[in-house]
Amino acid sequence: MMLASADLTALWVTLKLAVTSTFFLILLSMPLAWWLARTRSRSKVLIEALVALPLVLPPTVMGFYLLVLLGPRGALGGLFEALGAGHLAFTFTGLVLGSMLFSLPFVVQPLQNAFAMTGGRMLEVAATLRASPVDRFISVVFPLSRSGFLTACVLSFAHTLGEFGMILMIGGNIPGRTQVASIAIYDHVEAMDYTAAHQLSLILVMASLVLLTVVFALNRRFKVVSL
Amino acid sequence: MITLDFSLPRNHFTLEANLQLPTQGVTALFGRSGSGKTSLLRLLAGLEFQSGSRLLFRDEVWQNHNTFVPTHQRSLGYVFQEASLFPHLRVRNNLEYGYHRTPVRERQIHPPRVIELMGIEALLKYYPDQLSGGQRQRVAIGRALLTSPKLLLMDEPMASLDGTSKAEILPFLERLKDQLALPIIYVSHSIEEVARLADHLVLLEQGQVIAQGDIQSLLTDPTLPFLQAETASTVLKARVDQAHSDDHLSRLDIGGQSLFISRCGLQDGQATRVRILARDVVLALSPPTSISLLNCLETRLIDLQPDSNPSQLLVRLGIGSQTMIARVSRRSATRLGLRENQRVYALIKGVAMR
Repeated sequence: MMLASADLTALWVTLKLAVTSTFFLILLSMPLAWWLARTRSRSKVLIEALVALPLVLPPTVMGFYLLVLLGPRGALGGLFEALGAGHLAFTFTGLVLGSMLFSLPFVVQPLQNAFAMTGGRMLEVAATLRASPVDRFISVVFPLSRSGFLTACVLSFAHTLGEFGMILMIGGNIPGRTQVASIAIYDHVEAMDYTAAHQLSLILVMASLVLLTVVFALNRRFKVVSL
Repeated sequence: MITLDFSLPRNHFTLEANLQLPTQGVTALFGRSGSGKTSLLRLLAGLEFQSGSRLLFRDEVWQNHNTFVPTHQRSLGYVFQEASLFPHLRVRNNLEYGYHRTPVRERQIHPPRVIELMGIEALLKYYPDQLSGGQRQRVAIGRALLTSPKLLLMDEPMASLDGTSKAEILPFLERLKDQLALPIIYVSHSIEEVARLADHLVLLEQGQVIAQGDIQSLLTDPTLPFLQAETASTVLKARVDQAHSDDHLSRLDIGGQSLFISRCGLQDGQATRVRILARDVVLALSPPTSISLLNCLETRLIDLQPDSNPSQLLVRLGIGSQTMIARVSRRSATRLGLRENQRVYALIKGVAMR
């Protein structure tokens, strides 16, 4: 099986996108999930609904809004442009932002559940054993939420691999920069090049299968994911 | 001395406590569930925050109008009702969690001592979910001890255990009390536990402190509910006079009089205490001779108190400076003509150590 170099590039962009957006999403979701798991604030339900919004909205709707927001005349894009960094529409950065937003509920929810379970008592115990707040997070919350973190990573990663509509809106279809595998497949089908579409699709299927198999295997040993 | 002044609104009442607690021996916070005992303990630990509270541990300010020392900076150990071991750590790592976080120069007690004291040598390599309830609680106590606390707080450490596990833990708590000079504040709603362990008692009801004082004086105070309980008892301080004898009895000295008990592991001169149930005491006006009963103490009758059972009376007896109680029928009291300041012999059917 010989892949065209454009297809290899698309796969590379996909991988890069999935890794980058998962990494930053986990980092940013931690405080949010922590807050949601602890708070008794009334605004909690509204925030939870907002976080879950990407689950129900058509990807194209979010993509459209993002395009407007990140484009040269959008609030964020305009700001970047004024700072001399250029707007974000049709760029890899824009793509990462879009994917992050799109996968938000898949990361926040498992983390929130994990944090809620590790909650109160264990942290109090650690405090009586002289652990400072940061120490408590690292030595107790983190290891006990291991499963939540893994679930969040896998879901976010897999979800980004498969995203299409939003990426098309916000990233366009620029080979080497914003063309990802799912869009390359669409192009091949449009051009009636079924062989190339088959090859690329098979790779995505295999990659996803391997990923999930690894997760379920780990799950059997450590109970990491509760899907 | 621990000086505290707390006022904490709760759902059904406000916890009001303005107390001075001793920093030696075991102080029991006693009351029904929901009387505010645990809240009081949590305030002491800093797990609960209420502005306007004041808390002094010896000469250290733990809380006042502009200071709040967070829990992890207070030199205390806390044993929760359920053992709450870290599930991701083996017993050894659970034990060492606090030890490693205690500055080296503050470490007074080290793992080998605690492992021996709590009898957990064989458990070190297991995970918490492989242990029984009693074993888990012993590990949790050991873990708290290894932070070398200056104060140990225990929140009904036996409440979630079954009878067997309780029996397994109590001796360890007694050893803890005897061997470490560590003040303990012990929350309980079991008078049995309190009578076995506590030196000082704080009685809570609906968030209010009803009474506090020396265990013996509270147990025998006619205005408090202890005396009316079916298991009304008293705790007498004693000294081991002769730990070993040919017939396997140890002789205790109580204000110059002897009490014989069968118990091993005692040492001559050791201070100890015995608990005597009011219903196990029989009164006589002269010391009986032809009787198998061994323990007979000469006492002075302090007064007679009504019992919750109308056919019975509670008799308070002075022995030296100590007070004990006997439960007798009204008929016997009349027949013997019991009156205050009379010399009465207390025949004791059963003595529980502690």
